[in-house]
Amino acid sequence: MEKSLNWREFVITRAVKASGYSAIVFVLLIFFFLMREGLPAIGEVSAGNLFSIRWYPIEDYFGILPLITGSIIVTIGATLIAVPFGIGTAVYISEIAPRWMREVLKPLVELLGGLPSVVLGFLGILIVSPNLRILLDLPTGLTAFTGSLLLGGIAVPTVVSVAEDALDAVPRSYREGAWALGATPWQTIWRVTLPAAKSGVLTAVMLGVGRAIGETMTVMMVTGNAPVLATKLGSLFAPVRTMTATIAAEMGEVANGSVHYHTLFLIGIILFLISLTVNVLASSVVFRTKKRAERILS
Amino acid sequence: MMKLLARNRHSVQRLGYGLITLMAMVTVVPIVGTVLFILFKGGSAISWEFLTGFPHDGMRAGGILPAIVGTLYLTIGTAIFSVPLGIAAAIYLSEYASDNRWTRLIRLAIINLAGIPSVVYGLFGLGLFVLFLQFGTSILAASLTLSIMTLPVIISTSEEALRSVPQSFRTVSISLGATRWQTIRRIVLKEALPGILTGVILGLERAAGETAPILFTGAAFFLPRLPQSPFDATMALPYHLFVISTQVPEMPIQIQYGTALVLLIFVLTMNVIATVIRSRARAKRQW
Repeated sequence: MEKSLNWREFVITRAVKASGYSAIVFVLLIFFFLMREGLPAIGEVSAGNLFSIRWYPIEDYFGILPLITGSIIVTIGATLIAVPFGIGTAVYISEIAPRWMREVLKPLVELLGGLPSVVLGFLGILIVSPNLRILLDLPTGLTAFTGSLLLGGIAVPTVVSVAEDALDAVPRSYREGAWALGATPWQTIWRVTLPAAKSGVLTAVMLGVGRAIGETMTVMMVTGNAPVLATKLGSLFAPVRTMTATIAAEMGEVANGSVHYHTLFLIGIILFLISLTVNVLASSVVFRTKKRAERILS
Repeated sequence: MMKLLARNRHSVQRLGYGLITLMAMVTVVPIVGTVLFILFKGGSAISWEFLTGFPHDGMRAGGILPAIVGTLYLTIGTAIFSVPLGIAAAIYLSEYASDNRWTRLIRLAIINLAGIPSVVYGLFGLGLFVLFLQFGTSILAASLTLSIMTLPVIISTSEEALRSVPQSFRTVSISLGATRWQTIRRIVLKEALPGILTGVILGLERAAGETAPILFTGAAFFLPRLPQSPFDATMALPYHLFVISTQVPEMPIQIQYGTALVLLIFVLTMNVIATVIRSRARAKRQW
C-alpha cells in the first residue's frame, strides 16, 4: 500500500511537471515549424524582390514592404484609439467608479474581449464602413482607418485589464498620503497613482499594440485588401493590406511547397518575431520593477 | 481660461472626472450597442429550420446546422486537449515549481503563447498537424491548433485560482498525513474549482469564436453532411459568417445577421456562465 502510493505520487508529479514544461516545448515547436516552412523563401526570392514595394504573387512579385507598412499604419491608428480610451476606462473603473458600476463594467469589458473578431468585421462591413464612407466623403469605406477603429476596440480590453491590475496594485497608503497633503482625488490620480503604476501601464500599452498587430479577421474584412505602400498620412483613408490579412487571404489558395507558400510562412516568422519581442519587452518591464520594489522593501 | 482652471483645482477635478467618465462610457456603450443590435437584427432569422437545416442554394437559403455542430465539435475537441494539460501545468506552476530560471522560462513561454497572432497559430497547425503529422484538414488538426492557443488562458487563470487557496489549507492537510498529491487533489483543486472553471470557459469561449487558426487546419467552405470522424473537415460558425459576409455574392442579409446572432449567443452563453460561476464562488467563499 505504502509503496504503490509512493509510486503513484512519483508518476503524477512527473506528469504534472512535464505539463508545466510543455509551454516551452510548444513555443519551440511553433518556431521550428515556421522556420521549416518559411526559411526556404529566402533562397527562392531575391532580396531585391522581397524588399520591393510590389506584392503580386501571381507574377512572382513578393515585395513585403506594402504589407509591413499596412500593418504599421493600421496598428498606429488602433493604438492611438486604444491607449487613451483603454487607460481612461481603467482609471475610471479602478479610481472613480462606484462599486456597483465597477461590477457592471468589468464583465462588459471582458465581454468585448470575447466577442469574435469575425463578428466585429461583419459589423464593420455592414455598418461602420458605409457610414464612414459617407461621413468622410471617401471613394470606399474599406480603409486603414476603418480597420484602426475596429482594431482599437479589439485592443481596448487588453489595455484595460492590464492597466487596471497595475492601478489596483498601487498601495492605498500612496493615495491616502496624497489626500492628506491636500491633493484632490484628480491630482492624486495624475501625480501619484498613475506614475506609481507607470510600468504596468506601459506593459498594458505594449500588450495592446501586440494584440493589434496580430489581429487578422477584422482587418482582412474591413481594410480593403489592397497591397499598396502606405507612406503618408493620407494612406490612412485608403485601402491597405496587413501581413496577417495576406496570410489568411492567400494561404488557402497556394500549392504546398511553392514559393508563394514559403513566402507566406516567412511573413508568419516576421509576425512571430514581432510578438516575441513585444512580449519579452513587456514582461521584462514587469520583472524589472518588481525587483526594484523588492529592493525597496528589503 | 487655463489660468482660471488652474486656480480652481476643484473645477479641474470635476472636468477631469467628467472626461474620464465620458471616455469609459464611449468605450462601453458600443459593446452593449453591438450585442443589442445583433440580437435585434438577427432575431427574426432564427427559426427551427434555420437551426436544424442544411444550407442550400449556394448557402443563400436553408439553415446553418453543420456550422453549429462543427463549432460544438471544435470546442469539445479543444477542451479535450487543453483542459487537462492546462490545469496540470497550472498545478505545476502553483504547487511544485520553485522560483528558478526554468520556471521563469516557462512563464515567459506562456506569455509568448498568449501573444502569438492567431493566424500564425493557423500556419503552425498547417505545418505540424495537417502536413507533417498528416492529419489533413480535419477537426483533429483544428482542435489541436486551437488547444495550444487556448492553453495560456487556462494556465494563467487556473494558476491564479490555485494560488488564492490559503497556504494553511495545505499545511493542515499535510500535517494530517496526506501526501502532496492527495492534498492537491482533495483540498486545493476542490477549493480552486470555481476559479479554474471560469478560466476554462473563458478560454474555450475564445477558441469557439476564432476563425484564423482554423482557416487552413479544419474549416470547410460547405459540407453537404455532418462530419463523421475527427479526420473530417467541418464547417464552423465563425468561418461560416466570414464566408457568407465576404465570399458569397447576393447573400440575403437576414441569414448573415442570423448566423452572427447564433455565434454571439454561443459565445455570450459561455461568458455569462463563467461570470456567474465566479461571482457565486466569491459570494460563498469563507476565506
